[in-house]
Amino acid sequence: MTDIRQLYQEVILDHNRKPRNFGSILGANRHAEGHNPLCGDHIRLSMNVLEDKIETIAFEGEGCAICKASASMMTGAVKGKSVQDAEIMVEEFRGMATGTLDLDRADHHLGKLKIFAGVKDLPSRVKCAILPWHTLHAALHPVLSPVEGAEFSVSTEGEADPVPGTGIGEE
Amino acid sequence: MKVERMNTESINIDKIRADFPILGLQVSGKPLVYLDNAASSQMPQAVIDRIVRYQSQEHANIHRAVHYLSELATREFEAARVKVQHFLNAKESREIIFTRGTTEAINLVMHGYGRAFIGKGDEIILSGLEHHANIVPWQMLVQEKGAVLRVIPMNDAGELLIDEFEALFNEKTKFLALSHVSNALGTINPVKTMTACAHRHGVPVLLDGAQAAPHQSLDMQDLDCDFYAFSGHKMCGPTGIGVLYGKAQLLEKMQPYQGGGDMILSVTFEKTTYNVIPAKFEAGTPPIMAAIGLGAAIDYLNGIGLAKIEAYEKELLDYATARVTALPGVRIIGTASKKAAVLSFEIKGVHPHDVGTILNVDGIAIRTGHHCAQPVMQRFGVPATARASFAFYNTKQEIDKLVDGILKVQEMFS
Repeated sequence: MTDIRQLYQEVILDHNRKPRNFGSILGANRHAEGHNPLCGDHIRLSMNVLEDKIETIAFEGEGCAICKASASMMTGAVKGKSVQDAEIMVEEFRGMATGTLDLDRADHHLGKLKIFAGVKDLPSRVKCAILPWHTLHAALHPVLSPVEGAEFSVSTEGEADPVPGTGIGEE
Repeated sequence: MKVERMNTESINIDKIRADFPILGLQVSGKPLVYLDNAASSQMPQAVIDRIVRYQSQEHANIHRAVHYLSELATREFEAARVKVQHFLNAKESREIIFTRGTTEAINLVMHGYGRAFIGKGDEIILSGLEHHANIVPWQMLVQEKGAVLRVIPMNDAGELLIDEFEALFNEKTKFLALSHVSNALGTINPVKTMTACAHRHGVPVLLDGAQAAPHQSLDMQDLDCDFYAFSGHKMCGPTGIGVLYGKAQLLEKMQPYQGGGDMILSVTFEKTTYNVIPAKFEAGTPPIMAAIGLGAAIDYLNGIGLAKIEAYEKELLDYATARVTALPGVRIIGTASKKAAVLSFEIKGVHPHDVGTILNVDGIAIRTGHHCAQPVMQRFGVPATARASFAFYNTKQEIDKLVDGILKVQEMFS
């Protein structure tokens, strides 16, 4: 078991207390909503993507410290990036959280986000860390939206769910 | 009235804890502090041994063959039914139907009674305290039939408003489905009075007893409810077994829930004649091992005495409530005057899931989330709560560890 303080370290607790880019962007051209039914984490993401670049990004919602800090640090990390670079980070973050990406061996672009590596030892919390990234992925692919112009909704119950089990119907 | 065996000595906690092998477990190097009993309880060695004995010496399919093992397994399975009958003080053993759990028992009533006797415009009363298992089946019925759900509101303590409950009845009311004890808040509902009220309006009553059965003695003839559902794994028995109690005359007029073997008297391609109760509702090979395990769990609980269990758990709850109430920044959700040993709480500024993860590092197992009772969470304006739930094998020292854990969480998030 990871020492819990390696995960709940000051930087995560600070982002939880004072999330960056918190709120919504008026007139944003990309939106997505993500929720984790197990713990009630709920993230709404808004972005302006211009000429394939994430110009502005903001999130709002309720969630646990891991989810909020992950969302807060994600918005900082992808702002100004190209859609393609952001997608690479989504894949890398997912790999780190599920333990398929070895941070010491592989090249990656995660930088400070490495502090979330500890969630791979906490299967029930992997979803919390990944939810903002799933939501970002959905917002970057509005073509997946079932209705033209509608907000895309993502849930960590989906097929891409890294954790077996569904989080519903406990007890 | 059932005569509860009164035992005046206090509970022998050391002896009881020694009965549960899992309580000796270390979690991340710390002794396990298991406070998630409302989700599932642990199993004493006596029940484990009974299951091993059944599988190693007694197993065969029941109600079928004439050979030794089949007759033995049938006898033990039916003996478990009689144990459940006595546990509930039901009039007859044929009023006891084995199911997979509380959820299946409620679904059985929805299909067997609801679909046959509830129609368009009819009303079903539920309470705002219900577990999803006692909401969703009725919602499915309402959608199918064009019926209506009416919900009994509660006050800020988590107690149902009895005057408003009585006012919900009218000539369209056809059913009352109500939890005996709330899993999310611990509220013990006044189910005997509420059942009597429903009966004055000619309305049958189903009680969801999943959280009550492990913690207090039950008497179906005294409660007079029409249906009562509970699960084995919340009362020291195995998973995969539950019970539906139903009054014989109601079960007899109900439709079968599933078709298959054992629930028939005769089958031709033109017509099937259904078996009598309880077999009518037990299609297919039942969970024989789990039913016999539940019987052993009932023996174990009776050996301690439900009255003693109830008194000891009340002591634990009072102690935990006093200690947690004294903590600044912690709010207890669910403060009914009559409560089972469930303590739902929130720590200001900390999401329950973070609380659960941090407590787990010290070996403390609590439940965090919506407890399959999202309407309760909505009522109290929280997305989730942390919930400690106690059993008769817990101790005040374990509650002290919980409080230390809460202080540690607060210190980390300060």
